[in-house]
Amino acid sequence: MTLTESSVPRLPRHVRFRFDAARNCHVLLAPELVIMPDEIAVAILEAVDGTASVGGIADLLAARYEAPRDAVLADCIEMLNDLAKKGMIAA
Amino acid sequence: MNDLAPASVTRAAVAPPMAIMMELTHRCPLKCPYCSNPLAMDRARDEMDTATWMRVITEAAALGALQGHFSGGEPMARDDLAQLVQHAHREGLYTNLITSAVLLDQQKMHMLAEAGLDHVQISFQGAESGIADHVAGLRNAHVKKLAAARLVRDAGLALTVNAVMHRQNLHQLPAMLDLAVEAGAQRIEVAHVQYYGWALKNRAALIPTRGQLDEATRIVDEARKRLEGVLNIDYVVPDYYASRPKSCMSGWARRFFNVTPSGKVLPCHAAETIGHLRFDSVKDKSLAEIWLNSEAFNAYRGTDWMPAPCKGCERAEIDWGGCRCQALAIAGDAGATDPACSLSPHHDRMLNLAVEESAAGSEAFVYRMIS
Repeated sequence: MTLTESSVPRLPRHVRFRFDAARNCHVLLAPELVIMPDEIAVAILEAVDGTASVGGIADLLAARYEAPRDAVLADCIEMLNDLAKKGMIAA
Repeated sequence: MNDLAPASVTRAAVAPPMAIMMELTHRCPLKCPYCSNPLAMDRARDEMDTATWMRVITEAAALGALQGHFSGGEPMARDDLAQLVQHAHREGLYTNLITSAVLLDQQKMHMLAEAGLDHVQISFQGAESGIADHVAGLRNAHVKKLAAARLVRDAGLALTVNAVMHRQNLHQLPAMLDLAVEAGAQRIEVAHVQYYGWALKNRAALIPTRGQLDEATRIVDEARKRLEGVLNIDYVVPDYYASRPKSCMSGWARRFFNVTPSGKVLPCHAAETIGHLRFDSVKDKSLAEIWLNSEAFNAYRGTDWMPAPCKGCERAEIDWGGCRCQALAIAGDAGATDPACSLSPHHDRMLNLAVEESAAGSEAFVYRMIS
Protein backbone atom coordinates (compact mmCIF):
# COMPACT_ATOMS: atom_id res chain seq x y z
CA MET A 1 0.00 0.00 0.00
CA THR A 2 1.31 3.43 -0.96
CA LEU A 3 -0.45 6.56 0.24
CA THR A 4 -0.99 9.46 -2.14
CA GLU A 5 -2.47 12.94 -1.77
CA SER A 6 -6.01 11.60 -2.08
CA SER A 7 -5.61 8.71 0.41
CA VAL A 8 -7.48 8.93 3.71
CA PRO A 9 -5.13 7.64 6.42
CA ARG A 10 -6.28 6.21 9.73
CA LEU A 11 -4.77 4.43 12.71
CA PRO A 12 -5.55 0.69 12.64
CA ARG A 13 -7.49 -0.70 15.60
CA HIS A 14 -4.30 -2.12 17.13
CA VAL A 15 -2.23 1.08 17.02
CA ARG A 16 -2.50 3.67 19.78
CA PHE A 17 -1.30 7.27 19.71
CA ARG A 18 -1.26 9.26 22.91
CA PHE A 19 0.62 11.68 25.12
CA ASP A 20 2.82 10.10 27.79
CA ALA A 21 3.06 12.20 30.91
CA ALA A 22 5.98 10.22 32.39
CA ARG A 23 8.24 11.11 29.45
CA ASN A 24 6.52 14.35 28.47
CA CYS A 25 6.17 13.32 24.83
CA HIS A 26 3.76 11.61 22.43
CA VAL A 27 4.06 7.89 21.83
CA LEU A 28 2.83 5.62 19.07
CA LEU A 29 2.22 2.10 20.38
CA ALA A 30 1.97 -1.15 18.43
CA PRO A 31 2.81 -4.81 19.16
CA GLU A 32 6.24 -4.90 20.85
CA LEU A 33 6.97 -1.46 19.46
CA VAL A 34 7.11 2.06 20.89
CA ILE A 35 7.83 5.00 18.61
CA MET A 36 8.33 8.55 19.85
CA PRO A 37 7.36 10.78 16.94
CA ASP A 38 9.07 14.14 16.50
CA GLU A 39 7.16 17.44 16.52
CA ILE A 40 6.26 17.36 12.82
CA ALA A 41 5.13 13.75 12.99
CA VAL A 42 2.97 14.56 16.04
CA ALA A 43 1.27 17.40 14.14
CA ILE A 44 0.53 15.08 11.22
CA LEU A 45 -0.70 12.23 13.44
CA GLU A 46 -2.98 14.57 15.36
CA ALA A 47 -4.65 15.44 12.06
CA VAL A 48 -5.15 11.76 11.13
CA ASP A 49 -8.80 11.22 12.01
CA GLY A 50 -10.00 8.73 9.41
CA THR A 51 -11.84 11.42 7.42
CA ALA A 52 -9.15 13.91 6.34
CA SER A 53 -7.16 13.08 3.19
CA VAL A 54 -3.39 13.43 3.07
CA GLY A 55 -3.93 16.53 0.91
CA GLY A 56 -6.39 17.92 3.46
CA ILE A 57 -3.89 17.35 6.26
CA ALA A 58 -1.23 19.16 4.22
CA ASP A 59 -3.64 22.10 3.68
CA LEU A 60 -4.30 22.32 7.40
CA LEU A 61 -0.65 22.18 8.45
CA ALA A 62 0.57 24.50 5.68
CA ALA A 63 -1.93 27.11 6.87
CA ARG A 64 -1.19 26.59 10.55
CA TYR A 65 2.61 26.83 10.21
CA GLU A 66 2.58 29.26 7.24
CA ALA A 67 4.76 26.79 5.33
CA PRO A 68 4.85 25.99 1.59
CA ARG A 69 2.17 23.39 0.88
CA ASP A 70 4.34 21.32 -1.48
CA ALA A 71 6.99 20.77 1.18
CA VAL A 72 4.39 19.95 3.85
CA LEU A 73 2.65 17.50 1.53
CA ALA A 74 5.94 15.76 0.76
CA ASP A 75 6.65 15.45 4.50
CA CYS A 76 3.18 14.02 5.14
CA ILE A 77 3.44 11.45 2.35
CA GLU A 78 6.90 10.34 3.40
CA MET A 79 6.07 10.00 7.08
CA LEU A 80 2.71 8.27 6.59
CA ASN A 81 4.17 5.82 4.07
CA ASP A 82 6.98 5.04 6.46
CA LEU A 83 4.40 4.16 9.13
CA ALA A 84 2.22 2.29 6.63
CA LYS A 85 5.17 0.04 5.79
CA LYS A 86 5.33 -0.88 9.49
CA GLY A 87 1.60 -1.56 9.54
CA MET A 88 0.97 1.45 11.79
CA ILE A 89 -1.14 3.44 9.32
CA ALA A 90 -3.97 2.11 7.19
CA ALA A 91 -5.85 3.83 4.36
CA MET B 1 10.85 9.74 13.64
CA ASN B 2 13.09 7.61 15.74
CA ASP B 3 12.51 4.17 17.08
CA LEU B 4 12.92 4.55 20.80
CA ALA B 5 16.59 4.93 21.53
CA PRO B 6 17.86 3.20 24.64
CA ALA B 7 18.03 5.68 27.47
CA SER B 8 21.25 5.29 29.39
CA VAL B 9 20.84 4.07 32.92
CA THR B 10 23.02 5.32 35.70
CA ARG B 11 22.70 5.25 39.45
CA ALA B 12 21.74 8.92 39.31
CA ALA B 13 18.85 8.65 36.86
CA VAL B 14 16.84 5.48 36.34
CA ALA B 15 14.64 5.77 33.26
CA PRO B 16 11.01 4.68 33.51
CA PRO B 17 10.23 1.08 32.51
CA MET B 18 8.80 0.46 29.04
CA ALA B 19 6.68 -2.55 29.89
CA ILE B 20 5.18 -4.60 32.68
CA MET B 21 4.88 -8.37 32.32
CA MET B 22 2.04 -9.68 34.46
CA GLU B 23 2.17 -13.39 35.17
CA LEU B 24 -1.40 -13.57 36.41
CA THR B 25 -1.23 -17.27 37.21
CA HIS B 26 1.03 -20.26 36.80
CA ARG B 27 -1.96 -22.49 36.06
CA CYS B 28 -2.04 -23.73 32.46
CA PRO B 29 -3.75 -26.54 30.54
CA LEU B 30 -0.53 -27.11 28.55
CA LYS B 31 2.58 -28.89 29.80
CA CYS B 32 5.26 -27.54 27.43
CA PRO B 33 8.68 -28.83 28.44
CA TYR B 34 10.26 -25.40 27.81
CA CYS B 35 7.80 -23.38 29.90
CA SER B 36 9.33 -20.11 31.10
CA ASN B 37 7.71 -20.48 34.53
CA PRO B 38 10.01 -21.46 37.38
CA LEU B 39 10.32 -25.10 38.41
CA ALA B 40 8.66 -24.19 41.71
CA MET B 41 5.38 -22.58 40.66
CA ASP B 42 2.85 -20.50 42.56
CA ARG B 43 -0.41 -22.28 43.35
CA ALA B 44 -3.89 -20.87 42.77
CA ARG B 45 -4.23 -19.96 46.46
CA ASP B 46 -1.06 -17.84 46.25
CA GLU B 47 -2.37 -15.69 43.39
CA MET B 48 -3.11 -12.01 44.00
CA ASP B 49 -6.72 -10.90 43.87
CA THR B 50 -8.28 -8.59 41.28
CA ALA B 51 -8.03 -5.44 43.40
CA THR B 52 -4.32 -5.92 44.02
CA TRP B 53 -3.60 -6.50 40.32
CA MET B 54 -5.59 -3.35 39.49
CA ARG B 55 -3.45 -1.35 41.91
CA VAL B 56 -0.30 -2.81 40.32
CA ILE B 57 -1.53 -1.79 36.86
CA THR B 58 -2.29 1.75 38.04
CA GLU B 59 1.15 2.05 39.61
CA ALA B 60 2.88 0.66 36.51
CA ALA B 61 1.16 3.20 34.25
CA ALA B 62 2.06 6.04 36.62
CA LEU B 63 5.67 4.86 36.65
CA GLY B 64 5.77 5.17 32.85
CA ALA B 65 5.14 1.64 31.58
CA LEU B 66 3.65 1.89 28.07
CA GLN B 67 2.93 -1.74 27.34
CA GLY B 68 1.10 -4.21 29.56
CA HIS B 69 1.67 -7.89 28.81
CA PHE B 70 -0.82 -10.34 30.31
CA SER B 71 0.88 -13.67 30.63
CA GLY B 72 1.03 -16.78 32.80
CA GLY B 73 0.78 -19.76 32.92
CA GLU B 74 -2.35 -19.28 30.94
CA PRO B 75 -3.78 -15.82 31.76
CA MET B 76 -7.19 -16.89 30.46
CA ALA B 77 -7.39 -19.30 33.40
CA ARG B 78 -8.24 -16.19 35.49
CA ASP B 79 -11.91 -15.19 35.52
CA ASP B 80 -11.00 -11.51 35.91
CA LEU B 81 -8.81 -11.19 32.81
CA ALA B 82 -11.22 -8.92 30.88
CA GLN B 83 -11.60 -6.71 33.93
CA LEU B 84 -7.83 -6.34 34.27
CA VAL B 85 -7.41 -5.68 30.52
CA GLN B 86 -10.07 -2.99 30.70
CA HIS B 87 -8.35 -1.35 33.64
CA ALA B 88 -4.96 -1.43 31.87
CA HIS B 89 -6.54 0.02 28.72
CA ARG B 90 -8.12 2.85 30.71
CA GLU B 91 -4.77 3.56 32.33
CA GLY B 92 -3.31 3.99 28.83
CA LEU B 93 -1.28 0.80 28.59
CA TYR B 94 -1.00 -0.94 25.23
CA THR B 95 -2.48 -4.30 26.12
CA ASN B 96 -1.04 -7.61 24.94
CA LEU B 97 -2.38 -11.07 25.75
CA ILE B 98 0.24 -13.82 25.65
CA THR B 99 -1.76 -17.01 25.51
CA SER B 100 -1.91 -20.65 24.50
CA ALA B 101 -5.40 -19.69 23.22
CA VAL B 102 -6.92 -23.10 23.93
CA LEU B 103 -9.47 -21.43 26.26
CA LEU B 104 -10.44 -18.68 23.80
CA ASP B 105 -13.95 -18.76 22.36
CA GLN B 106 -16.20 -16.27 20.55
CA GLN B 107 -17.74 -14.87 23.74
CA LYS B 108 -14.41 -14.36 25.52
CA MET B 109 -12.90 -12.79 22.41
CA HIS B 110 -15.79 -10.34 22.28
CA MET B 111 -15.40 -9.45 25.98
CA LEU B 112 -11.65 -8.92 25.64
CA ALA B 113 -12.01 -6.80 22.49
CA GLU B 114 -14.68 -4.70 24.22
CA ALA B 115 -12.35 -4.31 27.19
CA GLY B 116 -9.80 -2.67 24.88
CA LEU B 117 -7.37 -5.50 24.18
CA ASP B 118 -4.94 -4.47 21.43
CA HIS B 119 -2.81 -7.48 20.61
CA VAL B 120 -2.92 -11.25 21.03
CA GLN B 121 0.15 -13.44 20.88
CA ILE B 122 -0.63 -17.14 20.38
CA SER B 123 2.02 -19.77 20.95
CA PHE B 124 2.27 -22.63 18.46
CA GLN B 125 4.21 -25.78 19.32
CA GLY B 126 4.41 -27.04 15.73
CA ALA B 127 2.87 -26.58 12.29
CA GLU B 128 0.53 -29.58 12.57
CA SER B 129 -1.27 -31.48 15.32
CA GLY B 130 1.12 -34.42 15.60
CA ILE B 131 4.19 -32.67 16.92
CA ALA B 132 2.29 -29.65 18.30
CA ASP B 133 0.00 -31.63 20.59
CA HIS B 134 2.90 -33.88 21.63
CA VAL B 135 5.01 -30.89 22.74
CA ALA B 136 2.06 -29.15 24.41
CA GLY B 137 1.11 -32.36 26.21
CA LEU B 138 -2.53 -31.67 25.34
CA ARG B 139 -4.70 -33.36 22.75
CA ASN B 140 -6.47 -31.10 20.21
CA ALA B 141 -4.49 -28.06 21.37
CA HIS B 142 -3.31 -27.25 17.84
CA VAL B 143 -6.74 -27.16 16.18
CA LYS B 144 -8.06 -25.00 19.03
CA LYS B 145 -5.21 -22.54 18.48
CA LEU B 146 -5.97 -22.31 14.76
CA ALA B 147 -9.62 -21.58 15.53
CA ALA B 148 -8.62 -19.00 18.15
CA ALA B 149 -6.33 -17.23 15.67
CA ARG B 150 -9.33 -16.78 13.36
CA LEU B 151 -11.33 -15.24 16.23
CA VAL B 152 -8.54 -12.75 16.92
CA ARG B 153 -8.30 -11.76 13.27
CA ASP B 154 -12.08 -11.45 12.92
CA ALA B 155 -12.16 -9.19 16.00
CA GLY B 156 -9.69 -6.87 14.23
CA LEU B 157 -6.95 -7.21 16.83
CA ALA B 158 -3.26 -7.51 16.06
CA LEU B 159 -2.11 -11.13 15.98
CA THR B 160 1.37 -12.49 16.58
CA VAL B 161 2.20 -16.15 16.09
CA ASN B 162 4.76 -17.20 18.65
CA ALA B 163 6.61 -20.10 17.05
CA VAL B 164 8.72 -21.79 19.69
CA MET B 165 11.43 -23.73 17.90
CA HIS B 166 13.81 -26.52 18.96
CA ARG B 167 15.48 -29.65 17.66
CA GLN B 168 12.25 -31.64 17.47
CA ASN B 169 10.19 -29.17 15.43
CA LEU B 170 12.69 -27.05 13.46
CA HIS B 171 12.00 -29.06 10.29
CA GLN B 172 8.53 -27.46 10.38
CA LEU B 173 9.79 -23.86 10.31
CA PRO B 174 8.76 -23.19 6.66
CA ALA B 175 5.29 -24.54 7.46
CA MET B 176 5.13 -22.37 10.61
CA LEU B 177 5.77 -19.29 8.47
CA ASP B 178 2.99 -20.39 6.09
CA LEU B 179 0.70 -20.97 9.09
CA ALA B 180 1.27 -17.41 10.30
CA VAL B 181 0.47 -15.93 6.88
CA GLU B 182 -2.64 -18.10 6.50
CA ALA B 183 -3.81 -17.17 10.01
CA GLY B 184 -3.62 -13.48 9.06
CA ALA B 185 -0.93 -12.67 11.62
CA GLN B 186 0.98 -9.42 11.22
CA ARG B 187 3.94 -10.76 13.16
CA ILE B 188 5.67 -13.99 13.91
CA GLU B 189 8.25 -14.50 16.60
CA VAL B 190 10.50 -17.31 15.50
CA ALA B 191 11.80 -17.95 18.97
CA HIS B 192 14.37 -20.62 19.54
CA VAL B 193 13.91 -21.98 23.05
CA GLN B 194 16.00 -20.16 25.64
CA TYR B 195 17.52 -22.46 28.24
CA TYR B 196 16.18 -21.51 31.65
CA GLY B 197 13.82 -23.22 34.08
CA TRP B 198 11.95 -26.09 32.43
CA ALA B 199 13.86 -25.63 29.17
CA LEU B 200 17.18 -25.98 30.97
CA LYS B 201 15.89 -29.20 32.52
CA ASN B 202 14.94 -30.41 29.01
CA ARG B 203 17.91 -28.94 27.16
CA ALA B 204 19.23 -32.29 25.91
CA ALA B 205 15.87 -33.02 24.26
CA LEU B 206 15.45 -29.55 22.76
CA ILE B 207 18.73 -27.95 21.75
CA PRO B 208 19.22 -27.84 17.97
CA THR B 209 22.32 -28.90 16.10
CA ARG B 210 24.51 -26.21 14.60
CA GLY B 211 23.33 -27.33 11.17
CA GLN B 212 19.67 -26.94 12.15
CA LEU B 213 20.32 -23.46 13.53
CA ASP B 214 22.12 -22.33 10.37
CA GLU B 215 19.32 -23.70 8.20
CA ALA B 216 16.69 -21.92 10.33
CA THR B 217 18.58 -18.65 10.01
CA ARG B 218 18.76 -19.09 6.24
CA ILE B 219 15.00 -19.78 6.07
CA VAL B 220 14.24 -16.68 8.16
CA ASP B 221 16.49 -14.46 6.03
CA GLU B 222 14.79 -15.68 2.87
CA ALA B 223 11.29 -15.30 4.35
CA ARG B 224 12.00 -11.75 5.52
CA LYS B 225 12.63 -10.73 1.92
CA ARG B 226 9.76 -12.72 0.47
CA LEU B 227 7.20 -11.59 3.06
CA GLU B 228 8.16 -7.92 3.46
CA GLY B 229 5.03 -5.89 4.11
CA VAL B 230 3.02 -9.09 4.74
CA LEU B 231 4.57 -10.57 7.87
CA ASN B 232 7.08 -9.05 10.28
CA ILE B 233 9.51 -11.67 11.51
CA ASP B 234 11.28 -11.38 14.86
CA TYR B 235 14.04 -13.93 15.25
CA VAL B 236 15.49 -15.11 18.56
CA VAL B 237 18.48 -17.46 18.38
CA PRO B 238 19.77 -19.90 20.99
CA ASP B 239 22.96 -18.29 22.22
CA TYR B 240 24.83 -21.51 22.97
CA TYR B 241 26.25 -21.24 19.43
CA ALA B 242 26.83 -17.47 19.60
CA SER B 243 30.13 -15.65 20.05
CA ARG B 244 28.63 -12.59 21.76
CA PRO B 245 25.81 -12.52 24.33
CA LYS B 246 22.26 -11.45 23.64
CA SER B 247 21.05 -8.16 25.12
CA CYS B 248 18.98 -10.06 27.65
CA MET B 249 15.84 -8.08 28.60
CA SER B 250 17.63 -5.11 26.89
CA GLY B 251 19.65 -4.88 30.10
CA TRP B 252 18.87 -5.91 33.67
CA ALA B 253 16.19 -3.63 35.19
CA ARG B 254 16.49 -1.22 32.30
CA ARG B 255 13.21 -1.46 30.37
CA PHE B 256 11.14 -4.33 31.76
CA PHE B 257 9.91 -5.93 34.89
CA ASN B 258 7.90 -9.01 35.67
CA VAL B 259 5.30 -9.49 38.41
CA THR B 260 4.72 -13.09 39.52
CA PRO B 261 1.28 -14.51 40.40
CA SER B 262 1.99 -14.00 44.08
CA GLY B 263 3.31 -10.44 43.63
CA LYS B 264 7.08 -10.68 43.51
CA VAL B 265 8.68 -8.14 41.20
CA LEU B 266 11.52 -9.50 39.08
CA PRO B 267 13.85 -7.96 36.47
CA CYS B 268 13.14 -11.02 34.29
CA HIS B 269 10.98 -14.12 34.61
CA ALA B 270 13.95 -16.37 35.41
CA ALA B 271 15.61 -14.06 37.96
CA GLU B 272 14.50 -16.12 40.95
CA THR B 273 17.08 -18.75 39.95
CA ILE B 274 19.65 -16.31 41.34
CA GLY B 275 19.26 -17.52 44.89
CA HIS B 276 21.18 -14.82 46.74
CA LEU B 277 18.98 -11.97 45.48
CA ARG B 278 15.96 -10.91 47.52
CA PHE B 279 12.97 -9.82 45.46
CA ASP B 280 10.45 -7.36 46.81
CA SER B 281 6.70 -7.87 46.60
CA VAL B 282 4.00 -5.44 45.52
CA LYS B 283 2.24 -6.50 48.71
CA ASP B 284 4.93 -4.70 50.76
CA LYS B 285 6.17 -1.84 48.56
CA SER B 286 5.06 0.37 45.70
CA LEU B 287 6.26 -0.47 42.19
CA ALA B 288 8.08 2.87 42.02
CA GLU B 289 10.02 2.08 45.19
CA ILE B 290 10.91 -1.37 43.85
CA TRP B 291 11.86 -0.15 40.35
CA LEU B 292 14.11 2.59 41.67
CA ASN B 293 15.55 1.18 44.87
CA SER B 294 15.18 -2.56 45.14
CA GLU B 295 18.46 -4.30 45.90
CA ALA B 296 17.75 -6.96 43.27
CA PHE B 297 17.04 -4.39 40.55
CA ASN B 298 20.16 -2.41 41.30
CA ALA B 299 22.41 -5.49 41.60
CA TYR B 300 23.12 -5.71 37.84
CA ARG B 301 21.66 -2.46 36.55
CA GLY B 302 23.75 -0.37 34.14
CA THR B 303 27.46 -1.17 33.79
CA ASP B 304 28.99 -0.52 37.25
CA TRP B 305 28.66 -4.16 38.37
CA MET B 306 30.51 -5.58 35.38
CA PRO B 307 33.65 -7.70 35.76
CA ALA B 308 36.55 -7.65 33.31
CA PRO B 309 36.46 -8.04 30.31
CA CYS B 310 32.88 -6.69 30.18
CA LYS B 311 33.70 -3.41 31.87
CA GLY B 312 34.90 -0.97 29.25
CA CYS B 313 34.03 -3.38 26.43
CA GLU B 314 32.72 -1.52 23.40
CA ARG B 315 29.63 -3.71 23.57
CA ALA B 316 28.94 -3.01 27.27
CA GLU B 317 25.98 -0.76 26.43
CA ILE B 318 24.88 -2.90 23.48
CA ASP B 319 24.43 -6.25 25.20
CA TRP B 320 24.52 -4.94 28.80
CA GLY B 321 26.61 -7.94 29.79
CA GLY B 322 24.16 -10.51 28.44
CA CYS B 323 22.28 -12.76 30.81
CA ARG B 324 22.85 -13.05 34.56
CA CYS B 325 20.79 -16.22 34.90
CA GLN B 326 22.91 -17.92 32.25
CA ALA B 327 26.11 -16.74 33.91
CA LEU B 328 24.91 -18.45 37.09
CA ALA B 329 23.62 -21.58 35.36
CA ILE B 330 26.77 -22.23 33.31
CA ALA B 331 29.62 -20.29 34.95
CA GLY B 332 28.33 -20.71 38.49
CA ASP B 333 28.35 -16.97 39.25
CA ALA B 334 25.57 -14.53 38.38
CA GLY B 335 28.13 -11.71 38.30
CA ALA B 336 30.43 -13.44 35.79
CA THR B 337 30.78 -12.76 32.08
CA ASP B 338 27.93 -14.42 30.18
CA PRO B 339 29.47 -17.67 28.84
CA ALA B 340 27.81 -16.97 25.48
CA CYS B 341 30.68 -14.49 25.04
CA SER B 342 33.82 -15.98 23.49
CA LEU B 343 35.82 -13.96 26.04
CA SER B 344 34.37 -16.02 28.90
CA PRO B 345 36.58 -18.87 30.19
CA HIS B 346 33.41 -21.02 30.20
CA HIS B 347 32.50 -20.32 26.58
CA ASP B 348 33.94 -23.49 25.04
CA ARG B 349 32.30 -25.67 27.67
CA MET B 350 28.90 -24.13 26.90
CA LEU B 351 29.39 -24.63 23.18
CA ASN B 352 30.38 -28.24 23.75
CA LEU B 353 27.25 -28.84 25.84
CA ALA B 354 25.19 -27.78 22.83
CA VAL B 355 27.20 -29.83 20.35
CA GLU B 356 27.11 -32.99 22.46
CA GLU B 357 23.52 -32.80 23.67
CA SER B 358 22.13 -31.95 20.23
CA ALA B 359 23.90 -34.98 18.76
CA ALA B 360 23.25 -37.51 21.51
CA GLY B 361 20.46 -36.15 23.73
CA SER B 362 17.35 -38.23 24.43
CA GLU B 363 14.11 -37.06 22.77
CA ALA B 364 12.12 -37.67 25.96
CA PHE B 365 10.55 -34.65 27.70
CA VAL B 366 10.09 -33.88 31.36
CA TYR B 367 6.73 -32.13 31.05
CA ARG B 368 5.99 -29.08 33.13
CA MET B 369 3.82 -29.73 36.16
CA ILE B 370 2.96 -28.12 39.45
CA SER B 371 4.38 -30.49 42.02
